[in-house]
Amino acid sequence: MPSYDPNAMPLTALVNLDKPLDFQGYVAAGGYQGAGKAILEMQPSDVLELVKDSGLKGRGGAGFPTGMKWSFVPMFADDDEHKPDNKYLVCNADEMEPGTFKDRFLLEGVPHQLVEAMIIAAYTINANKAYIFLRGEYFLCAKRLQCAIEQAYENGWLGSNIQGSNYHLDLYLHTSAGRYICGEETALINALEGKRANPRAKPPFPQVSGLFGKPTIVNNVETLSNLPHILKHGAEWFKALSPNSDPGTKIYGVSGRVKTTGLWEMPMGMTIRDVLYGKAGGLQDGLELRGFLPGGASTDFLTSEHLDVPMDYDNISKVGSRLGTAGIIVLDSQNCPVGMILNLLKFFAQESCGYCTPCRDGTPWVVEILTRIENGQGSIDDIDSLNKLCDFMWLGKTHCALAPGAVEPLRSGLKYFQDDFLQHIEQGCCPLKKDHIGVGLKQNHLTKNPPAAVNGVKHE
Amino acid sequence: MTLASLKYQQINTVNIDYRTYLSAGEIAAIEHETTLLEYREAAGIEALKIVQNNRGWISDDSLFAIANLLQMPVSQLEGVATFYNLIYRQPVGKYVIHLCDSISCYLTGFETIADYLQQELGIGFGQTSSDGLFTLLTNACLGGCDKGPTMMIDGKHYQHLTVDAVQTILVELTNSANGLTEGEQ
Repeated sequence: MPSYDPNAMPLTALVNLDKPLDFQGYVAAGGYQGAGKAILEMQPSDVLELVKDSGLKGRGGAGFPTGMKWSFVPMFADDDEHKPDNKYLVCNADEMEPGTFKDRFLLEGVPHQLVEAMIIAAYTINANKAYIFLRGEYFLCAKRLQCAIEQAYENGWLGSNIQGSNYHLDLYLHTSAGRYICGEETALINALEGKRANPRAKPPFPQVSGLFGKPTIVNNVETLSNLPHILKHGAEWFKALSPNSDPGTKIYGVSGRVKTTGLWEMPMGMTIRDVLYGKAGGLQDGLELRGFLPGGASTDFLTSEHLDVPMDYDNISKVGSRLGTAGIIVLDSQNCPVGMILNLLKFFAQESCGYCTPCRDGTPWVVEILTRIENGQGSIDDIDSLNKLCDFMWLGKTHCALAPGAVEPLRSGLKYFQDDFLQHIEQGCCPLKKDHIGVGLKQNHLTKNPPAAVNGVKHE
Repeated sequence: MTLASLKYQQINTVNIDYRTYLSAGEIAAIEHETTLLEYREAAGIEALKIVQNNRGWISDDSLFAIANLLQMPVSQLEGVATFYNLIYRQPVGKYVIHLCDSISCYLTGFETIADYLQQELGIGFGQTSSDGLFTLLTNACLGGCDKGPTMMIDGKHYQHLTVDAVQTILVELTNSANGLTEGEQ
């Protein structure tokens, strides 16, 4: 096993949530060196090879190799009659996967890193216009990104003849108006074109015909944020960050009732135990681990038997789930699994774009059945119906990955928490509410509050 | 406006000329957005947000005026306006409370906060309080999963919510709204 530094944190080393680095500060900390190297010393094809060599995979959830994605963008000679007027780079900052909050951390904490990364990526695919598609709810990110973009223009890192080269790039910030489906790359492109965010049929893939019908690359914030460091330190350095075959670091998050919630950048492939117990400190006192979603709402449940699985794309897939966004959501022993799955499915039912029937009608149908079971009015036939619906909404039967994403926690929940479903049906109520544990917790919350924090915001 | 008139409101606002309806500031801001994109109608979402920021919500009149300015079918803009959840097609209160109902907040006490807000304001989700101050909505994941329960009001995120904290926030907002009204008088 190659040696690696367990404390290497290239992505988050410069994060400062209270006061992010301004342009001068970021440059003083080594910023814009990667972009400078790319634009002034390398050809786009060299950068592409470097990123391919590094083995960087998309951090938005799918884990597709970034270099390979870029290589699908057609490159044209200057005198080619088919050369499009423009190509586009779009940063997907529409972070809305429940349980995921890593992009917000990067955008609020070190906005210049993304601007630098976008210069590198846009240069590689020869795009002269780039957009940051930011979700509308992230007001602070918008303010800080806009400020960083303006400073980059003032200092010759955006606009025409960047740092004296022939390359020019305009970067715009677009804030969305909501909806989870905008995170799907073709839906995002439709949203950026001012349309309803229904995903598009593929092919043609956006790399060939995307935004305004032109070649377009859409990359996640965390994926892009790796680029300045890969350019600066090289592909071998990037590979050596991780002890296994998936290179680089990953920002892991933990939410739910654990001792310390938060985000930690660690080498790719640390075990779930390293994150959940090593960093988050395990569950709060008096609670036990029932299960968890390893990478946001649209991943399959795992349980305590999987704690020693390394958190990388391959190993998590082997045990029947996905790394997704690596935002671990913890189910504790005093929250009802059926209630949790119902909440997840309500989310997917609400956020379905309504374009295809299996998703538009299937997700509310599941919600109806789960509501019945949670309220103690379910029957054993309902379990069969749920299993059938998992099949109706699976990959290949829907227009995009939203419904299959909704199926993942449902099907794995039916498998791991079968006893809980049966108890709801047999006892005619939610077992946690039967002996008033649930109610007791509620009253506890109402009567025994910690002192109110200033403005309701508790700073850590 | 009575409930009946709201329910059966007749749409007679065709062909609104944007120049007489939208302010110069709104027109300038929307025109600026159109320069950043390839087609005029691509600025539709931004235009809706600009007008909503000024007027609180998107009325039929606003919708027609924006469509007129962007030279696009009103039906297409209506399709967009009703698709995105941060565009309000109904009047809202002075403060719109977006309470996160996604999984991490659900696991850390969303229901307690939701019950309290509904009880304290005397309204359900999707409704506006009788004094016109608060509209209560749920919102999909606000990205504060490590600090749940969370809510967003006027672009500000409130985290680690407790019943006491929410009570304090409501009182502060009510006072601030009343102070403003007195000042104006």
